This record gives sequence, structure tokens and C-alpha cells, in this order.
Amino acid sequence: MEFFVAQILTGLANASSLFLVACGLSLIFGVTRIVNFAHGSLYMLGAYIGYSLMQVLPGMIGFWGAILLAGVIVGVIGVAIEMLVLRPVYRAPELFQLVATFGVILVIQDLALIIWGPEDLLGPRAPGLRGVVRIMGEPIPKYDIALLVITPLVAVALWYLITRTRVGVLVRAATQDREMVGALGVNQAWLFTGVFALGSALAGLGGALQLPKGGADLMMDFNILPPLFVVVVVGGMGSLPGAYLAAIIISVLNVFGVAYMPQSTLVLMFVVMIVVLMIRPYGLFGREEVAGEHGQAGEPERPIKPASDKIRLLVTAGIVILALLPLYGSSFAQVLTTDILIFCLFAASLHFLLGLGGMVSFGHAAYYGGGAYVAALLVTHAGSPMELAFILAPLGAGLAALVIGWVCLRLTGVYFAMLTLAFAQLLWSLVFQWGTVTGGDDGLINIWPAEWLKDTTIYFYFALFFAVGGILVMRHVAHSPFGYALRAARDSERQAEATGINTKQVQLLAFGFAGMMGGLAGALFVFSKGSVFPNELEIARSFDALIVVFLGGVKTLSGGVVGAGVFKAIEDVLTRFEYWRLIMGLLIIFVVILAPDGIVGSLRKAARRVGGLKAGGEE
Amino acid sequence: MTAILETRGLTKVFGGVVAVKDVSFQLHKGELLALIGPNGAGKSTCFNMLMGQLPVTSGDVYLEGERITGLTPRQIWRKGVGRTFQITATYASMTVIENVQMALMSHHGEILRFLPFATRMHRDEALALLDMVGMANQAERHSAVLAYGDLKRMELAIALAHTPKLLLMDEPTAGMAPKERVALMQLTADIVRDRGVSVLFTEHDMDVVFAHSHRIMVLNRGELIAEGNAEQIRNNPMVQDVYLGGGTVFASEGAQ
Amino acid sequence: MKRSTFLKAMIATATLAAMPVCAVAQDTIKIGEINHYKRMAAFAGPYKQGIELAIDEVNAAGGVLGKPLEFIFRDDQGEPGEAIKIAEELMTREGAVMLTGTILSNVGLAISSFAGEKGYVYLASEPLADSLVWGAGNKYTFRLRASTYMQAAMLAEAAANTDAKTFATIAPNYAYGKDAVAAFKENLLRLKPDVEFVAEQWPGVFKIDAGAEVQALERAKPDAIYNVTFGPDLAKLVRQGTDRGLFEGRQVFGLLSGEPEYIDPLGDEAPEGWIVTGYPWYDLQDGPGGDFVAAYQARWDDYPRVGSLVGYMTVQSIAAALTKAGSTESDAIQAAFEDLQVATPLGGITFRSIDNQSTAGAYVGTTALRDGKGVMVDWAYKDGADYLPSDEEVSKLRPAD
Repeated sequence: MEFFVAQILTGLANASSLFLVACGLSLIFGVTRIVNFAHGSLYMLGAYIGYSLMQVLPGMIGFWGAILLAGVIVGVIGVAIEMLVLRPVYRAPELFQLVATFGVILVIQDLALIIWGPEDLLGPRAPGLRGVVRIMGEPIPKYDIALLVITPLVAVALWYLITRTRVGVLVRAATQDREMVGALGVNQAWLFTGVFALGSALAGLGGALQLPKGGADLMMDFNILPPLFVVVVVGGMGSLPGAYLAAIIISVLNVFGVAYMPQSTLVLMFVVMIVVLMIRPYGLFGREEVAGEHGQAGEPERPIKPASDKIRLLVTAGIVILALLPLYGSSFAQVLTTDILIFCLFAASLHFLLGLGGMVSFGHAAYYGGGAYVAALLVTHAGSPMELAFILAPLGAGLAALVIGWVCLRLTGVYFAMLTLAFAQLLWSLVFQWGTVTGGDDGLINIWPAEWLKDTTIYFYFALFFAVGGILVMRHVAHSPFGYALRAARDSERQAEATGINTKQVQLLAFGFAGMMGGLAGALFVFSKGSVFPNELEIARSFDALIVVFLGGVKTLSGGVVGAGVFKAIEDVLTRFEYWRLIMGLLIIFVVILAPDGIVGSLRKAARRVGGLKAGGEE
Repeated sequence: MTAILETRGLTKVFGGVVAVKDVSFQLHKGELLALIGPNGAGKSTCFNMLMGQLPVTSGDVYLEGERITGLTPRQIWRKGVGRTFQITATYASMTVIENVQMALMSHHGEILRFLPFATRMHRDEALALLDMVGMANQAERHSAVLAYGDLKRMELAIALAHTPKLLLMDEPTAGMAPKERVALMQLTADIVRDRGVSVLFTEHDMDVVFAHSHRIMVLNRGELIAEGNAEQIRNNPMVQDVYLGGGTVFASEGAQ
Repeated sequence: MKRSTFLKAMIATATLAAMPVCAVAQDTIKIGEINHYKRMAAFAGPYKQGIELAIDEVNAAGGVLGKPLEFIFRDDQGEPGEAIKIAEELMTREGAVMLTGTILSNVGLAISSFAGEKGYVYLASEPLADSLVWGAGNKYTFRLRASTYMQAAMLAEAAANTDAKTFATIAPNYAYGKDAVAAFKENLLRLKPDVEFVAEQWPGVFKIDAGAEVQALERAKPDAIYNVTFGPDLAKLVRQGTDRGLFEGRQVFGLLSGEPEYIDPLGDEAPEGWIVTGYPWYDLQDGPGGDFVAAYQARWDDYPRVGSLVGYMTVQSIAAALTKAGSTESDAIQAAFEDLQVATPLGGITFRSIDNQSTAGAYVGTTALRDGKGVMVDWAYKDGADYLPSDEEVSKLRPAD
């Protein structure tokens, strides 16, 4: 019993920071519909700034003052981010802003490294709160008690702000109906800025508040993201009570998981999230999403056309130039091009789903990494020849995609995206955890191609054939009746259903097909590198593809491929510099602001404006 | 002779609120039947139950004597029912003709084909349909840039793609200019006459209703309160009572 | 207007950030060094400084094979796939004669597999994974640092000499943590068969819930605790454990916990009385160990970490191998590494031909506080050769070449 109570108290204290950060994120999403991936970075900044302030400000007042001030400063940083980066792209397609926030993550990572250096900082102790108090004989740190008191206070203050003040009324109204707030004559831009500032300040506060329990380090930003999103999604996006409850549930469950199933901690959260979303598709306190056409908000996409003879000629010429690479390029140029081709195929497979299907998957790495693992597992455990493993890998990935898609397609929009993320994380945890089969994080190695493919140049042709082939197949499918039905389901599910199209079936098949193509990319990858590690299933890998698809242009057929090619090549150059993340982050933000339709979309628009491409159509 | 469409005791209850109560009617072949009523009378609810988008609380729907209650919109469509929406539902990323081709491909069961180019499928058929609604000259335009009236006509072409025996039109002229309304309803009437399609439509505009429908049903608070031709409805005291201030509507009609 | 200001600011920042390190082209022997300079900056920085110090010394003494030695440093972002690409570039385009580097085991394993496939020599400097030279070992991969197994065996030996009968373990939930626990168990049970392991905790790496972990460990009431967590996880564990009295009356064994990289961030909260592996540079005055510390401090105005030492020894090993090979051909270098003897700040080490593992050891000592900083006292250097399984066992572990 004593142990039980002590565990609950620990869980509640742990929930504190998580709640603050999560309710900031939830608030921002509720009002602005921005999925702010940089929220973890704001949390990290809160910790670092709080740390620095605590070095300067003395005593008890200094300590608590530093925490508050850290919140305020991060709030101001939030304002700067909102005004400089996000405000220019509110009109862009839905979820496009998350690319901008990803740029912000990169910038903040390098800035924090420049300012605070690479070493982990141990958080200062709260003056007067060192040591423990005994509750029912169990030692509970005094600072935990302080957190147990502070969190409800902040929660109540927020509740008061939202329910009892005019600002709160506006925020609530905006959460429910953004257009209405605009119609009421409220300056929407400033409301957004204000909410972003508040959300950021809460993240900063959360970061500073956890200092005495930990510290500040450069990995905080990514490490908090998974639990953060789980809490926000489980609670219901936009719901503060939901975030509070979910933070407590997740934290307390985690504490019990640690005690009774120590190996389970990686998966537990995601299992909870999937279960909750299966029962309550919009989280505990979330409202049903307006059945919008996600990924396709704003100006509708241009009609597509089968390639004209001119375009065919151009594409053929491009492929021929690529195919002649071994004549004029070095061996490394072939390796680099192989990498780029594989990534292009991966991005194109996500683009198929996201662009044509309007299904935003945050977990597409599950199929890419999945394909790679299927191949590697077959080679390692079944001793299957490379050719067979290579053929089975996309099929395995496609099958996984069908199963995951079948579950996820019960939801739409951001919840759909979050569920795909949860499944990808689940798969990652499985691979990471199941060391005896998957090798855990030490991966599977010595997965080399068959003897006849070992040569760099021959493998280059092999990759060229399958990557270009895969991309062309997807392109062709886009023009087929199936591709049209997929777009129809995206453009207007009502009409599609009313004219006999089984939209769910079409979307599920598309999901499986995209997963299969992602798996093909993964299979090409594993045999080109000779090894595979859980990295290929990570959130970061999903984001890589997501970002290039958005930057290339969601509403164009070639956006995924172009974005992937351009950014992979740029990355190869940039990573040679010391602060490449800063440059990359700024570059992403730059593209987002200057070309909200993506590279291809914006180029085409510009060309149309110049007047040259009136009848040009796609590509 | 069996009715094309028949409802028996159609009822819908939303959490204790009765939205549609015991609605029974028949629609005959070649008939243009209007369903009118003030806002919130239950017209859209009725429609959505007919199309299978909303489960019924009780009652049944029959299509040519066959019970279709509880079927999905897709199944109902396959049985030869077309519909248009109050708020247009079209494929904004496609051209006009592609919108129609899409419905044709679905009709011909070609959704799961991966090899042919969709743009080359059933072009002539689609053009013929567009020609029927007077949109052939705009076939290659991007549907997202169409004028509202043209969008409605395109939607009509989509709904006719599988040569339905029954067409359900929810507020077909909502949001249109008066001249466009007349044109669209004239078009609909022509189609009913030429192709033997039966039409059930809901409508706000009494001009449209009185001018084009063969028969009118009035729904109020979920119940059918009157039924008859234009003259009978116009003179029905209960209907006049429902349309408070509706006198002006009818007066203007009378002045025609 | 706003946009153009923003643009200018961006270009300015970008230019500043983009100052490339220009290498002067000359006839040098190039070594490809791949590491996670950004992702693990706190570790890779001192490592790189150690390399640079050693290169300066080697080149001041005339280089190797009559040419200056040059390292090409490349960042792989901690991504195995990226590392392979860079390895390919270094070997085929940059003219590197062999590869070295990485801290993370998975990247090390990826490069090792690649090196084995292509026949390039790879000296895995820092990665600790046992499989690098055993289960997944190959002819072309050599490892410098004392592996997980070796360091765990050193702590197991120390643990066997205490009265503790019941042990709890806490290790990050990934391959390194699992290997470290398995090796500790294996060695301790061999030395002292009657010990009992009463709890195993597996927090996610860098995702520790320290309060809960401490409660769970406390509940098992072990005599002693074996800790493998490090970095921010270690800081959190130490703080929660100290607060909640977990360490009172219990002997704690900490793998790597005495390395400056891990103990220094703890400041005056560093735990006292833990038996750890680490690097007591502050006590090294004489001999090669002391010379290195002095030279390092003179060159960098900073004290050496373990990484610095490993970096330094990496260059020493490579220079020795090249000299012995008398050639820059991969197979010659590979042959030279077999049974290569190198004089290092840790003393003489040998790259064993049986498994390509060097016999570099580690320091084992007890933590204490000195001037508000955690240090190791009563330490002793343990030669790695004494903590490896028998040759027979090793041959079984290693696939045939």
C-alpha cells in the first residue's frame, strides 16, 4: 500500500512538466491548427534559459523567478517564431506549417549548441527543497511535493483564463470555429500570436520546472516529442482537461510499468494511445474533427494529364543522362546517386499517399524500414538468397501497411496522422526491443547483395531500374482509374460514395500500395548499405520524407521526387559544414515562406504568371 | 403499377427529438415531385435517409417495390439512384469531363483498374452527358474555376452518368441567380421528359416549385401536412399557416 | 521589406555558419575519420582534440612513411546509412587509406560490415559493442578501446570481492545495456556462484523515469546495485537515488561512471563510494599517462577526457600500423594490425590476432568528492588482456574469416 501511494505520487509529480508542455501544444493546435513540432525545442530552451538564469539569480526568489522568467522569455521567442516563420504560411495547405516548425527545430538545436555548449547541464536544486519528506514511511522528494502543488495551480489558472475571461472566450471560440472569430471582428493574427506565445511560455515553464529533477541537454527536444504527442492525442487535441488527465494517466502508468514490467516502458505509451484511439477516435476529451479534406485545404490542385510527348522526351533524356553516370561520374557519384534515388522512391511513395490520397502519414518510415527489415531478417534467419528477399521485402511492407492502414483509416486528419505515428513507433519499439531476432539497436549486418550485383556500378543500375521504375509505376497509377478514384475520395468523399466508389477500400489499397513502394525503397537501401538499424524506422526518418514532400509540393505529381532529390543533394553538401543544421533549418524556413506551394508548385505558378506555361499542365 | 420510390412510416429520432415522423409517400415513374417545407422541417434528414447516409429509426424505403432500407449510399446508387447535393460535392482537382468520367468508370466497375489512362475512359459518353446539361463546351475546364450554376449542371451530369431511374436533388437551385434557377429546372424537366427519369427534389424557392413540379409535398416539423398540385398547395390553409409571411411568396406567385 | 531584411539576416548567418575548413592539398597519407560530431558533441570534441594532438606529434617527428599524416573528419549525424556513404566517399574519392571513428556501436557495426565487404581496414576506436570483434567480427575491423565485456568483467571482479549477495541491475534498454548486464552477470556468477540477481530495471536510453526506477530498485532491497546508465539518465538516477536514500548502505558498481564525460556534469552531486571504471587523469603525473595529460593540457588548455585518450591512441595505433606495413595498401595495413604492438599512454597494448581486439584496459576505482568534483580514488589500471574470455571461447564466438 505504501509503495503504491508513493508510486502514484511519483507519477503525479512526473506528470507536471509533461502536462505544462502538452497543454501548450494542445492550445496551439486547438486555435491555430498548427502541429508544432518545435514544441520540444521550446521546452529545451526553457530548461537552458532557466538554467542560465538560476546561475545569476540568487536564493529562493531567484530560483522561482528564474523559472517564471524562463517561461516569459520562451513566450517571447514563441512570438518571434510565430510572426517570422508561421504567419507568412497560415494560408498554405494544412499541415504545411509543420515543415516550418521542423526548420525551427534544426535552428534551435544548433543555436543551443553554440550558446550552451555540448555538455549536459545538471539542473540546480531548488533552494530549501533538497531532501525528502516521509509519507507513510516512503521517501518522497520535497520538490516532487512542490510540483504536486504547482501543477493543479497552473491548471486552475489556465482554466480560469479560458473559461472566465474575454481572451478565453475568444480562444474557445477559435478552437471551435476559426471563421466565426474572424467574423466577430477579432484580429485573428494577434489572437494566433497570443496563443502561440502562451503555449510557448508553458513549454518554457515546463522545461525550467523540471530542472531540479534532471537538467538541460541537447536531446531534450526530440526525447519529449513522443510522450508529448501521445498525451495531446490521448487527451484530445485542443482540450486542456484532456491534456491534464492524459499526462497523469501516461505518467502514472509509466511508473507502474517501470515497477512491474521494466522492459515494457518503450511500448506502453503507444499501446495506450492506440487503445484509446480505437475506443475514442478523437481522444478522451476531443471533439470530432470537421471532416475536412486534409492535406488539400486551400486552393485546389490543378488537373493532371498524362505526360505529353515533349515531357516524355525530357524525362527519357533525364533518365539516359542518369544512366550514363558511370561514364562520367566517380564511383562515389554512383553511390551518392543511388542514395538519392532510393530516397526519391521513398518520398514518392509517401507523396502518393499524401498528395493523391490526402492521407497524411506521420509514420511512413514503418514501411521503408519495414521493407529493409523484412529483407534483412530473411537473409539473416532464413538464409534466403538476396533476390528472393528483395522481392519479398516490398510485399511484407505492403502487407504491414494494409494491416496498419485498416486500423488507421477509421480516423481522419490529424488523428489519422497521429495513429500512423503511433504504429510506426510501435514497430520501432518492437524492433528495438526484440534483440534476439532483430539485433535490437545493434541491427542486422552483412546483408549484402548477390554476387552478380556487388559491383557499385551494377548496383547503381539495379537501383536506378527499380527506383525510376517504381516512380513511373506510381505516376502511371495516378493516371489510372484507381488513381482518379483515390483523388476523388480525397476531393469529395460524399460524391465519391454517392457514385458508388468504395472510398475506404480505395484508400486502404492505396495505403498498402504506398507501403509496398516504401518497402521497395527500404529493400534497395538495405542491400546498398549492407546493414539496417532501428534508425530506419524512427520518427526522424518519417519526417525526412514528409518534409521533402511538402517542400517539393504536395499538390503536384512530381513534388515528392523533386523535393527528395533537391534536399538529399543539398544535405550531402551541407553536412560538410560545422553548423549545417542551422543552415538547413534556415533553408527549410526560407523555402516554406518563399514557396508555400512547394518548389514545383511555386515554380509552376511563377511560370504561369510569366505566361509561358498556360497549357503546360503537369511536369 | 409499382411506384419508383415509396416510403412507409419513415421516422428519425435524434436523441429524443423527432426530426422526421411517419412520412409515407410514393413517387411515380416520370414524375417530378417536390418536397418543400420551412427551415428545419426535416427535408434534408428525409433525403439523407433515402440515400442511405443516415440510418432510419423506423420505417422503410422501397425502390420499385424492393426494400432498400439500411443499404449504403453506394448500394443504393448501384440500384439506379442518382443524387445531387445541396452544397455541391465535386472533384475540385479534376476537369469537368473527368468529373463525369469518374462516375462512368465507377458505373462500369473500373475503379480498381490500374493500367488504362483514366482520361481516355468513356470520353464520348461523358461528352454526351455534358452536352445534355449544356456543358460540353466547358468539358476541358478545371472544375474548380466554374461558375456556380455550371458546377450544379456538372453535378447533374455526374448524377445522370449511370442512367438512373430515380434522381434525388437536394436544393438544386440554392445559391443560384433567378435566371439560372429557371434554366436548371427547365433542364431537369426536359430530362425527366426525355429519359423517363423520376425526380424527387427539395426546394426553397416557391417559383421553382410551382413552375416545374408535377406534385408537391409539404413537410412541417417532420410531418407531411399536405400533398397535391401547385393549385391545391397554394390554397391549402395549413400550408399558408406554416409559411408565416409566406403570403407574400404566394401573392407574388399569384401575380404571375 | 520585412522579407528582404530577413533574407539579408539569413544570408549573413548562413555565410558565418558556413566557414568550411579548407584542407591544403598536398601529398599526405589520409585517414578517413567518421564520427557523430554534432549528435555526440560532448564526446566527439575531446576525441578530435586527442587526434589533433597526436597528429601534430607524429608529423613533427617526420610523419609516417616519409609523409605527413592527415585525418579527414566527417560527420555522419549518428546515422549508419550516412556513415556508409561517407566511408565510400572517403575511400574512393578522398583517397583515404583506411577508416576509423564512431562512438555509437550501431554506426561502428555498419562501417565494420562495409569494411569487411569491401576489404577496407577499419579501426573502431570508441564503440564498445562486443559483437564488433566477436559475433559480427571480420578480418578488416579492429577495435581499440576496452569493450563492454572487458569493463563489465573488471567491475564483476571488484563485486566478487565484496560481501554483497543480492544484486539489482539498472541499464538502458538497448544493446549496450543488455550486453553490459549479461557480461557482468556471467563474470560475477563465475567468480561467485552464490550471488543472486533480484531485480533488473531497463529504462529507455535517455528516457529514464528516475523516481520510478529508484522506487523499483528500492523495493527489491538488494545488497548492491550495478548501474549502466550514463549521461542525463545517470544524473537523474543519482539525484533521485541520493534524495530517496537508495544508495545508503549499498555498494554501487557503475560502468563508465568514473569517466570525466559522465561524472563531471554531476558536479558536487557526484556519488561517493561507487566502484566504477573511468579515467583519473588528475592523478596521472608520471610515465606515458602523465606525459599525455601534460601535453594535452598544454596544447588545448583543457583537461583530457576518455575520448581524448582514445583519439590520441587511435592516431598512435594507425601510425604504428602504417609504419609496420610499410605501405598504404589495405591488405598490408590489415596484416600489420595483426599482433601490432603500440606504446600508448595506457602502456603497451597489442591488437590480438585472434579477434582483432586491442588489450587496452581501463582504470577501476572508487568515486569520491574532491574540491566539489567527482573523482576516482584508490584506482588501479587493469590490463584488458586479463579480462577477455579464453582463446578457445573467443574462437567460438567469432565467425570464420
